[in-house]
Amino acid sequence: MLPSPKKEKTLIIGIGNDYRSDDAVGLTIARRLRRRLKATAKVIEQSGEGASLIEAWRGAVSVVVIDAVMSGAAPGTIHCFEAHSQKLPKIFFHCSTHAFSLAEAIELTRALGELPPRLVVYGIEAKNLAAGVGLSAEVEEAACQLEERMLAEM
Amino acid sequence: MINSRTIKVDYLARVEGEGALYVHIKDGQVADVKLKIFEPPRFFEAFLRGRGFAEVPDITARICGICPIAYQMSAVHALEDAFGVKVDGQLRALRRLVYCGEWVASHSLHILMLHAPDFLGYEDAIRMAKDHPEVVQRGLRLKKTGNEIMSLIGGREVHPINVRVGGFYKVPAKNQFVEIRERIKRARDEALENLRWVSTLPFPEFEQDYEFVALRHPEEYPFNEGRLVSNKGLDISARAFDENFAEEHVSHSNALHCVLKGRGAYLVGPAARYSINFDKLSPLAQEAAREAGLSEVCRNPFQSIIVRSVEVLYAFDEALRIINNYEPPEQPAVKIEPKAATGYACTEAPRGTLYHCYRVDERGLIIDARIIPPTSQNQKTIENDLWQLVPQQIDLPETELTWRCEQAVRNYDPCISCATHFLRLDIERD
Repeated sequence: MLPSPKKEKTLIIGIGNDYRSDDAVGLTIARRLRRRLKATAKVIEQSGEGASLIEAWRGAVSVVVIDAVMSGAAPGTIHCFEAHSQKLPKIFFHCSTHAFSLAEAIELTRALGELPPRLVVYGIEAKNLAAGVGLSAEVEEAACQLEERMLAEM
Repeated sequence: MINSRTIKVDYLARVEGEGALYVHIKDGQVADVKLKIFEPPRFFEAFLRGRGFAEVPDITARICGICPIAYQMSAVHALEDAFGVKVDGQLRALRRLVYCGEWVASHSLHILMLHAPDFLGYEDAIRMAKDHPEVVQRGLRLKKTGNEIMSLIGGREVHPINVRVGGFYKVPAKNQFVEIRERIKRARDEALENLRWVSTLPFPEFEQDYEFVALRHPEEYPFNEGRLVSNKGLDISARAFDENFAEEHVSHSNALHCVLKGRGAYLVGPAARYSINFDKLSPLAQEAAREAGLSEVCRNPFQSIIVRSVEVLYAFDEALRIINNYEPPEQPAVKIEPKAATGYACTEAPRGTLYHCYRVDERGLIIDARIIPPTSQNQKTIENDLWQLVPQQIDLPETELTWRCEQAVRNYDPCISCATHFLRLDIERD
């Protein structure tokens, strides 16, 4: 079988800030997956600023985004949304320090009629988003779980 | 009859970070205005203590995802000031170039995604995009080109890693500019179209007698160098910042209000830069600004969106000038010999003057760091604008008055994630 064309590689986008504790979880998972999914995925890191996200997934066929969220669920809860077919729930709005963030980027791309055919968003419930480095135990455990789940899926 | 009302906006949307605005109106008069900012402990200043000077640009770049270059530029210039090093020639030009990229990216984001919807009555850019897709797409293309400049010089667009004290880790070869030069030329044309479009937005009549503060350089529109001057007589080097400015604690906000000693509030940012340095803009930018209806001084804060659009055009024009004159420097960085000293720098971040001060020991370890971002400098001026604006608009229905107040806050593109974390807005009427 011929290798699949380059553009069909899944694009994995890890979002976060290394200096905001659990907010770094998207970046952490992206870095681990980059080492383990070289052949099947393109992995990038983003700060979560929306306009850059729109450019990042422009023209991609399959996209997976991993970010931290704070919705009130138990820390470490893994939320999963198929953003290509449903509007992102409220927890993804207003939970970023960016004015124009992931949720706005997805909805703007949808308004422009340019959403990738597959756009899956994983949100990991954070425990602590204060300035600082390192993940909380619950979020670290969720990171390991999601990493294995994504490896299995791909 | 006592007629009292409060305008409360608990979550100020479309500003970077989170904050809140509270306006109290009593008997048809403004009784109180508070821009509330909840600042985390000054984490980064503490985090820098004991670190090597070489780590500072990469750490401070993480303070803000929107303007990492500004933090890097103020950091490297302050540390070079401490060590008595001057970076010149092509390295200096490359620093201007990477800053051009950041101005474009940051301003384009604010103009199209955050501020323009206010003027056209849209709740957000998503709704605006449905009616004006071509305007939004053009804004995205402008921003993308700015990000490409940042990536080429900064190593990557998110948290750039190529900037160091003394210069860069790597400098680009001449041929790396071949493709991007063509894209910048096209982007410059689109920046002009964007400026023309922005100038057609409806602007409220509202002018203030600000004290504008910005860098001024004898030969160029300011990025990294110059004296800090105002239209009311200030003229100092960054070393004299602390003698002339003071940070005041206010009870309603965790962020410190920065004021000019003995004079109070002042304004930094695009309108201040423009009003002090109009004569240093390129001929193209000057002509386009006039054509867009701006005079050489901009005292209407709502027109800051036009000034940002002029600066986007200028930044592309300046980027092309730098690229056209580029010859790779022999060394990517000047050699640094650390010594015990204190260094100071102001540079012009997209949102205004960004002050850094570092005290370093003889091994080059940071003893003390002080960072004053533009948003904390503008905080008092934002409140002053609302004290003046609300009485003019007091008969508006609640939702429209609240809308106007939020728009007035967004005139400043406040970056609360730099100054602070978590902003919200309340208007109360008795």
